[in-house]
Amino acid sequence: MTDMADTAQMQTDVAGALRTPDGRPLKQALAQAERRAKIRAFLLVLPLLAFVLLTFIIPIGQMLSRSVLNDTFSANMPALTEWFRENPGAQPDEAAFEALVLDLRVARESRTQGAVGTRINYEVPGTRSLFTGTARRVDSLEPPFREAVLDVDENWARRDLWAAMRSAAQPVTLNFYQAAVDRKISPEGRFQRADDQSRIYVKLFIRTFLLSLVITGLCLILGFPVAHLLAVLPMRKASLLLILVLLPFWTSLLVRTTSWMVLLQGQGVINNTLVALGILSDDGRLAMMYNQTGTIIAMTHILLPFMILPLYSVMKTIPPSYARAARSLGATSWTTFRRIYVPQTVPGIGAGAILVFILAVGYYITPALVGGATGTLISNQIAFHMLSSLNWSLAAALAAMLLAAVLVLYWVYDRIVGIDNMKLG
Amino acid sequence: MALPIYASPLERLWHYVYLVLCGLIFFFLIAPILVIIPLSFNAEPYFTFTQKMLTFDSEGYSMRWYDNLLTFGMQEPGAARDGNWWADVWTNAAWVKAAKNSVIIGFFATILATSLGTLAALGLSRPEMPYQKAIMAVLISPMIVPIIITATGLFFFYSATGLANSYLGVILAHATLGIPFVIITVTATLAGFDRSLLRASANLGAGPVRTFFKVQLPLITPGVVSGALFAFVTSFDEVVVVLFVGSHEQQTIPRQMWNGIREQISPSILAVATLLVIISIALLTTVELLRRRSERLRGMSPT
Repeated sequence: MTDMADTAQMQTDVAGALRTPDGRPLKQALAQAERRAKIRAFLLVLPLLAFVLLTFIIPIGQMLSRSVLNDTFSANMPALTEWFRENPGAQPDEAAFEALVLDLRVARESRTQGAVGTRINYEVPGTRSLFTGTARRVDSLEPPFREAVLDVDENWARRDLWAAMRSAAQPVTLNFYQAAVDRKISPEGRFQRADDQSRIYVKLFIRTFLLSLVITGLCLILGFPVAHLLAVLPMRKASLLLILVLLPFWTSLLVRTTSWMVLLQGQGVINNTLVALGILSDDGRLAMMYNQTGTIIAMTHILLPFMILPLYSVMKTIPPSYARAARSLGATSWTTFRRIYVPQTVPGIGAGAILVFILAVGYYITPALVGGATGTLISNQIAFHMLSSLNWSLAAALAAMLLAAVLVLYWVYDRIVGIDNMKLG
Repeated sequence: MALPIYASPLERLWHYVYLVLCGLIFFFLIAPILVIIPLSFNAEPYFTFTQKMLTFDSEGYSMRWYDNLLTFGMQEPGAARDGNWWADVWTNAAWVKAAKNSVIIGFFATILATSLGTLAALGLSRPEMPYQKAIMAVLISPMIVPIIITATGLFFFYSATGLANSYLGVILAHATLGIPFVIITVTATLAGFDRSLLRASANLGAGPVRTFFKVQLPLITPGVVSGALFAFVTSFDEVVVVLFVGSHEQQTIPRQMWNGIREQISPSILAVATLLVIISIALLTTVELLRRRSERLRGMSPT
């Protein structure tokens, strides 16, 4: 503020250029004041920006690096890694087997043979026991090592195994992205589709997007009439009804999911009511949970407020006189709705639909509880690899692909709606 | 909304069908939340209305699941209910422990998110803020990025830095998740703030700090408090990050519910759910009152 006061007292010098009282050109002083105000505004944001950088951006960056970086093999099998580096494209000779034995001896001391075996197991299923089994007997092996190792287990001669070890020896790898799009490396080192029963991720991505589309569509169908009603009712009644929309919004996600489990179960409220009314026979109860139906119903309910609120805030601003003008010019009520009303609600539809879709694509808790085998989404697979199978790099690669999809949608949302127009309640 | 007098019979019919449809959608929104409340008083371990409940027989209802919330995890649940029994509840009951953890984590996460978020919102709403849109996009992103991705990232980051399985780690993560809500509500309030008041205050000789506390803060308090409530609810309802980076020590209410639902869903879960619904009704009422107060302060509403 003091800068502005200074510039206000500017004076004109002889040459006609405007100057401040201390003699600086006005333009320069103004630029300096503006720069100072900019820095001051930025300093207010800086603590939070640093905080988010530390607790959000860096962790996600680290996860992304995890998806391409896995040094389990190269760190624990240094001699063999060295051999791979020196002999590009060569088939394993005596020196390679000697390096293998040396590395397994060290790995056995430091108890890392299991980790190495698991790493190769991702690429060639069923080979973990090869590493642990051979490591157990590695101390008794004598040269020539090639024959000795093959004596222990002749699987060591497999070409796909050596191809996998060669590719795992690279700490920076795209293997996990290949796995995440259901591709694998053939024994000849070529890029090919995985076997039918192990092709799951592309299907899962497609299912995630399809289910999210269905949920977004249902939210739009259910949300549009309600938002319209709220927008045309008088303020007092509308704010009462709005509470019915906001209460689910404020209720814990787990509570809402639990309610749906109670309602949809085989012995749950809906089935029991239908049986009591004689609509269903006792052994003809509907399977509405632990499948896609459960996921769709529960997630539509949970995400519906995110559709209604943006729609409502757009519809509130639409003047009713346009519709009346259309009617007075002879349009039917259907034409008025289609040609006059709906086009004006498009910003709300866009905002709500993208928001619901973004939230649906990354949903985890509800599908995990009511989705069963067919109703789970990509998030559940990421959680599975993080918590159960412990293939963290694959989890990170899947997460990175999901993140890319969400960021594209976020960008679209920003272009269409603008982030600063996001409102809550 | 009244039908215009020129409405045709068909339009009249459609109007009533439309009202019924809206009624059904509202029913779809609210019924699942309300249905668990009577069920939590079920005397039997079922998730459906028993014959006795439907005929309003008092034997069909009981408080046993609420009682179970206190006794579950206690050392001597069968002892006489005196001071020692309540002390046992306070220190050992699993749900009470979870509630204490939830409140502690939620409280500190809210303080952190609200103070940093309000400060940043002040900067973001200044017209001279550089890169305003880009920075806003970064600060809102924790709300948009799927929670499983955030949790995965934090899992790697915390294992590397030793923040895993600590209260601090969970609090920092929850604060991050709450920040977008604080930013959105506070910038929305600041958008309606009359900036000439700041110049008036400066003109009368107040420094920037004094202006903030005496002029700006009182006017934006409703927005700050609703942001804080949003941040608290976010933390209070968060389960995935706790599962990924917390240990058994950081057992919170949602995590305890999650375990309960996955292992063996008992009506105790419904009792907790009922309590949480009551809490959310209280929070919703508070936020609504604050919103009205804020609009009155800004002279936007005639009420």
